Amino acid sequence: MNRRNFLSRTAAATAFTGLGGLALHGCGQFGQKHITILHTNDVHSHIDPFPSDHSRHPNLGGISRRAALVSKIRDENPNTLLFDAGDIFQGTPYFNFYGGELEFKLMSMLKYDAATIGNHDFDNGVDGLLAQLPHAKFELLSANYDFSNTVLNGFVKPYQTYVRDRIKIGVYGLGIKLDGLVTKKLYKETKYLNPYEIALDIERKLKEEENCDLIVCLSHLGYDYKGHPDRADDVTLASKTRHTHLIIGGHTHTFLDKPTVRNNKNGNPVLVNQVGCYGINLGRIDFYFDDAKEVAAEGISISV
Amino acid sequence: MNILKMKHFVIFITTICFTSCKENPVSIQQVKGKQIAINQSLQAVDSIENTIEPYRDRLTAVMDSVLTFSPNTYTKEDGKLNTSAGNLLADLILVQSNKVFKMRTGKEVDFVVLNHGGIRSIISKGDVTVRNAFEVMPFENYIAVVEIQGRAVRNLISFLIESNRAHPIAGLQIKIDDEKKLVEVTINGAPFDENRKYYVATSDYLVQGGDNMGFFKNADTAIVIDYLVRNAMIDYFGKVDTLNAQVDDRFIQLR
Repeated sequence: MNRRNFLSRTAAATAFTGLGGLALHGCGQFGQKHITILHTNDVHSHIDPFPSDHSRHPNLGGISRRAALVSKIRDENPNTLLFDAGDIFQGTPYFNFYGGELEFKLMSMLKYDAATIGNHDFDNGVDGLLAQLPHAKFELLSANYDFSNTVLNGFVKPYQTYVRDRIKIGVYGLGIKLDGLVTKKLYKETKYLNPYEIALDIERKLKEEENCDLIVCLSHLGYDYKGHPDRADDVTLASKTRHTHLIIGGHTHTFLDKPTVRNNKNGNPVLVNQVGCYGINLGRIDFYFDDAKEVAAEGISISV
Repeated sequence: MNILKMKHFVIFITTICFTSCKENPVSIQQVKGKQIAINQSLQAVDSIENTIEPYRDRLTAVMDSVLTFSPNTYTKEDGKLNTSAGNLLADLILVQSNKVFKMRTGKEVDFVVLNHGGIRSIISKGDVTVRNAFEVMPFENYIAVVEIQGRAVRNLISFLIESNRAHPIAGLQIKIDDEKKLVEVTINGAPFDENRKYYVATSDYLVQGGDNMGFFKNADTAIVIDYLVRNAMIDYFGKVDTLNAQVDDRFIQLR
């Protein structure tokens, strides 16, 4: 045996020991794991901050500032995911001039993981959305829009799973009813399916087939249509689901003092959050995981 | 040989570990939620700014040309049944659409109905630019003039009364009593006549049934006059020195 061989074998053995040790630590004494979910909604092409003389939101927002915040949080916790709940497009001349190209490019630079589709994301039609997809390095998720008879067929997934620090996260998208809200010539043959039924179906799949530890819904349904039971909303969705932990909402431009907590069908808490609009705020939800054994005794502690 | 043994060992350990993980699924112990404001305390990231810059430069050159002056902040929230921003927009659509409609058909627009949700921004007090027109009306909506029967106008008025939102109107005056019953309707200064046809300027979005305004769907004719709502704003702003619309008595509830 020459010296080179000996060294490489030692290195392999060391690496192996390290791996084994890590794995044993990971299972035997699980230790706390920490997943951070960041989110925006209804940014509506607000790329620049509001001017300082704006009557309502002076000097707020701006995607390059959001980039700084996201990057700081990622430095603190690399196990961070970033999502958007739709209406990325429409609201500033950037969209009228460039059709959403810059919005998608910048979201890709911020390393967004996924977004769902809002009604205004149809504003240049299914063709206009398709045209911008090459600029998006993140997933478009929608479980209740059936695009099979449109040009978007195959470009939008119902859900996506992510593994971060061995925690499996399942994320699905839900969109609002288009008829009466978006011109038919824009959404064309897109079929809107019942979001409550689809949500139950997808979350069961994520829980039972994909074995996800954390299930997140990106919803553009809207926060709460009190007195309109015919209009699906996030708060009602929360009470109907069994496995979803977090609903990231949009559409109603709702500013909440803190995330809403509702009990699901199984009596477990679900968080519903929405952060207003125009990129003025970033939502941050931190999930801390531990061995399952301990949870029964203590329950989930939620501080919002 | 040694290396082969080692591989086996690795696979063995990995399997054990995988199994033990399966038996001990992880659970959420704690959740913390908060909202973080995006404000001046955050230093803009250069690479993002550099990407935006060429897009912004071209856009700014077009957008920041000043068109007129606004003595007040125009908002769609400052009145219950009619608002300053709604009245501004409806009034200017009446003026601008009438010019084009008259030229094309020889007829006059009787009144204007838009949707409250279609006003997407306030206009801040001060200089009004092309940018403001884009903010208020970002959509590529065209003005459409619809010919509707008096009966349909009655449905439209009922819709406006029931909607509890200040949908912008112009050329139309509605008075209701404290129980929301109609007291008086005048159109273009004359009493409402259920037996005649009216020409209503609105946006093509509403003609197609947008915002659940179904009453335009059964219209006899809708003429899209190839005039963007936003361009009507820009043209109107360009010819007036100062904006002067305000909350008024075009739609009121008597107490």
